[in-house]
Amino acid sequence: MIIANNINKKFGRLKALDNVSVSCNKGECIALIGPNGSGKTTFIKAILGMVLCDSGFITFNDKNILHDWAYRSKIGYMPQIGRYPDNMSIGQLIAMMKDIRNPATVKLDDELINKFELDKLYDKRMRTLSGGTRQKVSASLAFLFNPEVLILDEPTAGLDPVAAEILKEKIVAEKAKGKLVLITSHILSELDDLVSQVIYLQDGKLIFHKKIEELRADTGQEKLSKAIATVMLKGR
Amino acid sequence: MKKILKYVIIDILRNKIVLAYTIFLLVLSLSIFNLEDSSAKGILSLLNIVLIIVPMVSILFSAIYIYNSAEFLELLVSQPLKRKTIWLSMFGGLSVSLITAFLIGVGIPVLLYEASPTGIILIVSGVLLTTIFVAIALLAAVSIRDKARGIGTVILLWLYFSLLFDGIVLFILFQFADYPIEKAMIGITALNPIGLSRILVLLKMDVSAMMGYTGAVFRDFFGTTAGMIISLLTLLLWIVLPGWMSVKKFNKKDL
Repeated sequence: MIIANNINKKFGRLKALDNVSVSCNKGECIALIGPNGSGKTTFIKAILGMVLCDSGFITFNDKNILHDWAYRSKIGYMPQIGRYPDNMSIGQLIAMMKDIRNPATVKLDDELINKFELDKLYDKRMRTLSGGTRQKVSASLAFLFNPEVLILDEPTAGLDPVAAEILKEKIVAEKAKGKLVLITSHILSELDDLVSQVIYLQDGKLIFHKKIEELRADTGQEKLSKAIATVMLKGR
Repeated sequence: MKKILKYVIIDILRNKIVLAYTIFLLVLSLSIFNLEDSSAKGILSLLNIVLIIVPMVSILFSAIYIYNSAEFLELLVSQPLKRKTIWLSMFGGLSVSLITAFLIGVGIPVLLYEASPTGIILIVSGVLLTTIFVAIALLAAVSIRDKARGIGTVILLWLYFSLLFDGIVLFILFQFADYPIEKAMIGITALNPIGLSRILVLLKMDVSAMMGYTGAVFRDFFGTTAGMIISLLTLLLWIVLPGWMSVKKFNKKDL
């Protein structure tokens, strides 16, 4: 579904992505893992067309994304730090997104809005929100349009345990519907029962892309956190 | 396009500065027309104020607005929207709201007191100047990532166009007084939209004493009608060129 082919991206002298080639298919839940500054977010932004690659290309459903923009209607994106127009209220923001994404063509999925009880906060301005509430808004927006692909950048960071659990259940449910889920997180323990594949990035390079069973077999560790720790130590 | 434009305009109206600008212009033009004994003189005084204030407010407000909308732009870019649509909506939203402010603040009083061709030309040049300086602000804001540096640049640009440029022209004039540089000076005039607007209005008004050196050369060379058409076209070029360049840059920008 999403194929990245030898993509490179430099920010000044820093190589954020160095010849990364990955292919992601439907029904998979892929964890993007790597140390801070390893290029995970840049990779995600490249898929979304927010960052333009210096070389290489990315295809979405076999179409190059470079001059396409309509493909983004099939992606739900939850950014690492949800930044929204300060003087809009939650209600206005959600109404605007609905207006922009033209929901006549898709069935809206407002399960998260209801479960996070955001409808009670509809007239609150975005600038007054706490980090956690912002994350809830981001998550609700990502799932709202029933997209085929979900891209979640540190989804549970800043969420309270109850909200994090709601979100995880939602991710599992969506994955079961055959959607592609790309997820980055540093809390590896919570990825254990979610992901089916692991992409490991370091210094912008793709170190490996494996099924989780393979990774377990290779490292001899049952837990993802321990398996990754083994890999990281080996890498040094 | 229409949808985004709508949200940009609503957002701009919500922050009241454009409203304050409208009232300021309105009070200013009404008091000028009431103070001057003839309304033709009023137009002249108004012209000098419009040439300073309109570019300043347009360029500063637009640049600050773009920098403050970084989040909004980031959000929109991750949605199924063309980047060109997003950027042109920003351009359109800013121009429409600032032009509306100008039309209410200056346009209505001018039409009330001096609805002559000169008055109309003053309104047209104000509208063009607004759009030109929105376009320049957009180009500066998309090229410079740092907010403080961007706004600083925009202030310097305004100073350059409204004050420094005339100084440079005078300097060149005195240095090369012995040479036939009239034709070259016409080319140099085209480099400053504020000067062009002044020439545009004064050509219509026919007050050579106020025209300054470049204006006089302009009229000598082109005559009144051709001079006006050429200055109008050059002003339009000042909208299209920075606008188009900023779209190109926004298309390639990493957010």
